[in-house]
Amino acid sequence: MSTPDIAPDAARSAHPVPVPHAAPDARPLVALRLVVNNHPGVMSHVCGLFARRAFNVEAILCTPVNGGEVSRIWLLVVDDERLEQMVRQVRKLHDVLDVRRQPAGGEAFARLADCMAAWESETAG
Amino acid sequence: MSAHSQSTAGSGIAPGAASTPRKRQPNGADFVIRLLERQGIDVIAGIPGGANLPLYDALGRAGSIRHVLARHEQGAGFMAQGMARVTGRPAVFFATSGPGATNTLTAIADAKLDSVPVVCITGQVPLGLVGSDAFQEVDIYGMSIPVTKHNFLVRSVDELAEVIPAAFRIAASGRPGPVLVDIPKNVQMAPVDQAVFDNPPQPGLPAPPPAPDPADISRAAMLLNAARRPMLYLGGGVVASGASDMAVQLAERAGLPTVMTLMALGAMPAGHPLSLGMLGMHAARHTNLLLAECDVLLVAGARFDDRAVGKAERFCPDATIIHIDIDESELDKILPVHCGITGDVGLALAELLPLLRPRAEAGREAWLTRVEECRRRHPFVMPGAEDPRTPYGLIRCAADAVDHDAIVATDVGQHQMRTAQAYPLRGPRRWLTSGGLGTMGFGLPAAIGAALARPEATVLCFTGDGSLQMNIQELATAAEEGVNVKILLADNNALGLVRQQQELFYEGRLVASGYRVKVDFARIAEGFGVPAVDLDASEHPLRDLADALRAPGPCLIRVTVPAEANVYPMVPPGADNLQMIGGEPEPADAAANPDEDAATTSATAPGGRHVHA
Ligand SMILES: Cc1ncc(C[n+]2csc(CCOP(=O)(O)OP(=O)(O)O)c2C)c(N)n1
Ligand SMILES: [Mg+2]
Repeated sequence: MSTPDIAPDAARSAHPVPVPHAAPDARPLVALRLVVNNHPGVMSHVCGLFARRAFNVEAILCTPVNGGEVSRIWLLVVDDERLEQMVRQVRKLHDVLDVRRQPAGGEAFARLADCMAAWESETAG
Repeated sequence: MSAHSQSTAGSGIAPGAASTPRKRQPNGADFVIRLLERQGIDVIAGIPGGANLPLYDALGRAGSIRHVLARHEQGAGFMAQGMARVTGRPAVFFATSGPGATNTLTAIADAKLDSVPVVCITGQVPLGLVGSDAFQEVDIYGMSIPVTKHNFLVRSVDELAEVIPAAFRIAASGRPGPVLVDIPKNVQMAPVDQAVFDNPPQPGLPAPPPAPDPADISRAAMLLNAARRPMLYLGGGVVASGASDMAVQLAERAGLPTVMTLMALGAMPAGHPLSLGMLGMHAARHTNLLLAECDVLLVAGARFDDRAVGKAERFCPDATIIHIDIDESELDKILPVHCGITGDVGLALAELLPLLRPRAEAGREAWLTRVEECRRRHPFVMPGAEDPRTPYGLIRCAADAVDHDAIVATDVGQHQMRTAQAYPLRGPRRWLTSGGLGTMGFGLPAAIGAALARPEATVLCFTGDGSLQMNIQELATAAEEGVNVKILLADNNALGLVRQQQELFYEGRLVASGYRVKVDFARIAEGFGVPAVDLDASEHPLRDLADALRAPGPCLIRVTVPAEANVYPMVPPGADNLQMIGGEPEPADAAANPDEDAATTSATAPGGRHVHA
């Protein structure tokens, strides 16, 4: 799928074109590190927000911390011009206690993918 | 009050319960009612059902809160909105699980888009059955995530002390919004320690409003002081933060012509010399024309909705934009702003005010002269304003017959846009309209809610035949509560605003926008116990209108209006705000205006330019 042309006067727009799901390697990736309250609805709040605003999440990882009171979520997302808006929207979620942006080469997630592959092969058969 | 005792007693589920001495151990439901009392809640709209019966039982036993039995949960939600919109404080509504809960969603979504603080409390099946597709179980927690500011599923009775005050705090803090609290029946019935019950937590109050950064304020002041053609653009946030007076003072000091969004109408009183009324799709021609000329635009508590700014990239093309909003995510969302200020609008305007050069010093006279000239040349035309049997006349004559404190609610359609254009609103929190969601059916229940919260006021509800049919059952609630709501029905037997779009943008192909059955609304109203006046049949329409508005209690006033009468001017959806169709005083004059020729390219309305062509 090709990116729609940006109309000349769209330069004035804050978000010229909704970026269609870009191939993960087409744009730099960034990791968002969230600290959230740990209860069953939190994942819906976080993932639903990204889905509603048509922002794709490339990878996701969630683990409890501090004995399970809170969780830490890592989201790997494409670093495009709408990211700042997404981060501001995430900050508004009442179950999200902290949001940080960290540069991500993707290696960490690649290692995780290896890890998952290992789990899957261990448990297969 | 008789309506009060009647409605509380009317919901009395167990007649014997009232005489039971209050020695029983309180349960979760009692505790919820206790916490609501402490929040200052004195009216709750709602409908009972299996999953919230303990709450109703507790409500009846406490006897401290008036319950208004709506006829549909959407109606209950809009009643709560009506209360919240006129008071600025969170209002509460109740619904049972399953269908009761799903029926609330439209009213909740509406509150989200218009930033209205309401708390919806739903009953849920017992926690042990959650997830089992039990009778009347829906995942209202999951379904309401996208339309609430925040929501809770209460998993244990111990959470109530935290959740209920938090719901109110969240609804009212920062940018207000709806909060849903889903309470499983077993939580409502679980015992609460008497000691806990006797020592409830503090009520949840709004967090102190965030102060703006002084550096941003001085930058904004510099931009405004250097401006030659500045304007002020007020949004609903100005009303929400109670900053209307401050906004007017600021406009007066610096000589800023002022426009308002649909949500902000009343923030600057109609008729104020600096007021240019509403901007956008149905603005007066001069309002949109002048916006395009401004060089610095101060936007306060608004979010650049497309109905207000048209095609965003072409909005105020030459202007430097200063944007104040309490919600940081609104800055740079639609338009890149040159100076973004995060914080409470009232605080920001108060800090900005003393830094602005007074009007005389700032050399604004040339610009203000240009504004007057444009206003004269492109006035807003309101055909039939003197005759209560025309679309505009109904609005103007009703306004003339009531005092300045009247509250005005609308439904959605042509009648709504005309009311926004023509009703002279004199202050904030008197204007209830579904701005962001544009929900037909909003008007009547919202008006009832407003009347419940402001029993001394006259509440006008301008509606259309299509919208009225969407929550017409609430006529029964209006009759039962005796609320002072005057329904003014502009009956064109059509979905007028849809018809208008089909006429203008679909080559006149009218599909599903006219009704084939003509409803006798006067008889319907009377059938519900609401007196009705049909101005069509009236020999003295002005007098009959005034009499009907003066009589206490609810009343329906209807008049037939032509379905062909369109609302002008109109900016086609997706076009920029200079592409206005219609609304010229004289077709010949308009054609002679050079700047207008450039502006109005196109699509001349086939139906002609005048509302009564
Ligand atoms: C719940 C809902 N359904 C559909 C619409 C689309 N819509 C917008 S205006 C309108 C017609 C409204 O008719 P009426 O209330 O009679 O007002 P009129 O335009 O005739 O004054 C419709 C169907 C809507 N806004 N809300
Ligand atoms: Mg109609």
